[in-house]
Parts: sequence; structure tokens; C-alpha cells
Amino acid sequence: MVARVQLPQQARRGEVIEVRIAIQHPMETGFRYDPMGKPVPKNVINSLKVRYNDSEIFSAELGSGIAANPYLQFCTVAEASGELVFEWVDDNGSRGSERATLTVA
Amino acid sequence: MSASARRRFISVLAGLAATPLWVARGVRAQPQPANQLEPLIAKMTGGKPVRRGRVTVSTPRLADNGHSVPLTVSVTSPMTAADHVLSITLLSERNPRPVMAIYHLGPKSGRATVATRVRLNGSQRVLALAQLSDGSFWSGSAEVEVTESACLDAT
Amino acid sequence: MTSVRNPAPLLVVLLLAVAFPANAAELQKPSPLKSGVEFTGESARALEKDEFANPGMLWVERGSKLWGEAPRGNGKSCASCHGDAAKSMKGVATRYPRVDPGAERLVDLEGRINLCREKNQLAHPLARESDELLALTAYVARQSRGMPLAVAIDEKSRAAFERGRVQYNTRVGQMNLACTHCHDRNWGKQLAAETVSQGHGNAFPAYRLEWQSLGSLERRIRACYYGVRAEMPPYGAEILLDLELYLGWRASGLPVETPGVRR
Repeated sequence: MVARVQLPQQARRGEVIEVRIAIQHPMETGFRYDPMGKPVPKNVINSLKVRYNDSEIFSAELGSGIAANPYLQFCTVAEASGELVFEWVDDNGSRGSERATLTVA
Repeated sequence: MSASARRRFISVLAGLAATPLWVARGVRAQPQPANQLEPLIAKMTGGKPVRRGRVTVSTPRLADNGHSVPLTVSVTSPMTAADHVLSITLLSERNPRPVMAIYHLGPKSGRATVATRVRLNGSQRVLALAQLSDGSFWSGSAEVEVTESACLDAT
Repeated sequence: MTSVRNPAPLLVVLLLAVAFPANAAELQKPSPLKSGVEFTGESARALEKDEFANPGMLWVERGSKLWGEAPRGNGKSCASCHGDAAKSMKGVATRYPRVDPGAERLVDLEGRINLCREKNQLAHPLARESDELLALTAYVARQSRGMPLAVAIDEKSRAAFERGRVQYNTRVGQMNLACTHCHDRNWGKQLAAETVSQGHGNAFPAYRLEWQSLGSLERRIRACYYGVRAEMPPYGAEILLDLELYLGWRASGLPVETPGVRR
């Protein structure tokens, strides 16, 4: 799955930073029909978890009410330099992940 | 009939002449019955009261397209270990599935603000329910107008 | 005569269509020239400007990866010949559709990429509207972002240009409307809750919220055919290319915005 993550280049210790993630995924609702009239099965990213230096800082349970190619922006406190790990899974069991480094002065 | 009344009459007639195009789409053109959010919220809070306030839901007043509507939800909270937001649930009044998302936060969040893009099945109110660490529940909402696309697209 | 404020716009368009038949000899451009971004809603505009949140950038990202990968063929990737796309592809999207030197037929950027795959990478062409072709096209076009469109109308492309111009001014579909009725005569006016644009393709491939995906200019033109209840030409049809060329000429000077965000 194509995904993009955005963090500030660097942050001061204790600063609240904005984290953004965008994932290419149809978030298929299960309510659509294909051109032959067959229902297209539901398949959405249902769970996203974010860890920062191995500690979970944010998680989301998502449904079909979230737009296709889901976009999410949330906040976290910059504590120590390290890695943010984003992991998600969809209804079909397909997993995706992204990593980003945060430099904290 | 006065000139302005005549103008109104002509534009209503013209509006009626123009409607068949998107009414013909069928079910989607009629408003969905509203979801019964009260009993659903009561189940989520375990019957505890929900106070209005501290939660702000920001959306455009008129959506460009119901498939993707930007939405930001903010909860006023110091986000300390002693006093923070545990979760924010986004609820829809008219979508086929009322729960759109549940976000889990904590003291490491720093600020209780989440932004995303949602699907809205027609004009409706979107509600955000916040659960705080002290066990209290707060809510806020926003009204969004969602119109059908001007031209049909079968591509 | 009483001026009617904001009458039902569709009725006005239909009345105009009956009262003023399309004149095939006209060669017109809207003035002042305005990109579709000025006619979309505020949030679509903001989304296009946001480099990160712009959903089309997911395809550009994929395209940048595909650029360096060799498809099954002779082992060459785009990068093997073209190196850094930011340098080698700069300005390329402003020139398409065109008849390349040494080539016989008009191709758009998607067609050019496929020609390269077949001839220079000995690989299968990518299907129209496939994720990969959209990604590569968006990535290549993005390298010309901000540069003015400048398609060439010369002895090689003149016949296609004429066909495109005639088609643009020809009534089609149940609604019996030509492109010119909306996009030359009624741009800026309301159609339901939307504002009619001038019908330019400078932001394509674009992320259309209605599609919930990035899509090509061909797809957008097909959607317009459907909008007036006309039979849609199939992807790759000559008339779609001719129209793209005419639209490219019509939008000369407008900056490439790929990936645009539209409703």
C-alpha cells in the first residue's frame, strides 16, 4: 500500500508536534455494485496504530464512513529522538506500515 | 401577481423542470432516515450523562462532494497524566453505519485534535463524543450540507 | 424587460441551446482564461494546494517508485534512459498531446509512456486508467508543475485539431448539447450547487472526489459525454485524443497543476 507520512524535520523536547499520514486505499464500503451488478465486498482499513520509541501514542478504529485514501492528522509530544512506526490492517487482512524518524533537540 | 412573485414562480417551475435528472438516481436522492444516536451513545457511555461543550467539530458548511469532507475535531483538555482525553468517537446521523471512527488518545498526545476526511451520505449533523480520563463524557457537533453532483458520472 | 435573478441554470442552458445553435466555424477561447481550480469549492482548492494532503500525491509517490523499476522486458527502467525525472521530464507535459518526431500518430502523455514501454523497454503497455499508468503519468506531469501549457498545432497535428474543434462544437446526447454550450457560453454560472468551469485539462491527471481516485483527462471527457447522456467513446478512442489536443490549445498558457483536485 502506498502511504506517506509527514513529521516536522526536528522538534524541541516537550513540543507538541503534528503528525500526518495518508494511505492509498479505496475504503470500499460494501454498498457499491460493480458494472455487472454484483455487490463489491466491504474492505476498509479498520485499524491504525502508531508507536513512538516503542510506546503506543495513538490508535484509530476506522470504518466505511472515512473517505477513500484515508488521511489522518494527530498530535504527539516530542520526547526523545527516535522512530515513529505506523501500522494498519484492512478487512481483508492486508497489512501496511511506514516508519519515520523524529529528531528531538 | 407581483413581479417578484412571478420571478419566484418561474424559478420554482424551472427548478422542477431541472430536478428529474438527479431524482432519477433513485434511493440516494431521498434523505436517509436519521440514525438513532441516543440509544447508541447511551450504550457507549454506559448510561452516563453526556455534556455538550469542550468538543468542537469543524467541517465546511457546504461539502464539495459527499465522498470526501474534511473534518477536524478538537477537545479542550490539558492532556496531562491526571486529566486527558481517552477517546473521541465520530458519529453520523445519516450514514448507513453511524460510527465513523474511534480515536484513542492519551497524555502523550499533547493536544486532543484529530483531522481527517469523512464520507457523508447526504446533508446531516456529525457528532463527536469524547471520553475523558475522569470518566466524564462530552460532545459537540456540526451541520453539513451535502448536495448531489451537478452532472451524473458513470465512468 | 424584467431581469430574472438566478433562474434555474439548467433551464437557461437548454433555452440557449435551442436559441443559439453551435456555429462550427467559431474558433474561440474563454477570456480571461481561468483554471478549473477557480471554479471548484474552497476545500477542494485547499486540498490541491496542500502538498501532503492532496490525495493525487499518493499516485505521484507511486510513480516516483515505478520510475526506477524495470518492468518485465529488456531490464531497463525509465530512469535507465531518463535519469532524474525532475530534470529530464521538466516541460514534457506542457507539450502533449503531440505527434512526436518520427512518429505517425497523435499521442497524449499516457500514450507516450506506453510507446516508450513498448519500444524502449520491450514491455507490455499499461492499461488505460490502471493504477500504474496513472501513477507514472501523474509523476511525469508533476515535473512540469507551474509551467504553461503549449501544445503545437502544426501540419502534423492540424487534422486532429480540426476534428477536435468540430467535435467540441457538435451537439451530442439526449440533452443535445455541445461542449461549447457549458464551457464557453456559461462558465462561471451555477449548475445545481456547482459552478461551471471553462473545461480545461491543465490539472489532469486529477483527483476527482466523485471518483474517489485519481483519473485521466480521457476519463473526465468521457464523464462529460455521460453527463449530457451521450454514448461515451471508449478509452483510447481517436476522438478523445482530438478533443484533448483542442482543449490543450484552448488552455494555452495555463499552468500545469497536476495532480489537481476537483469535485
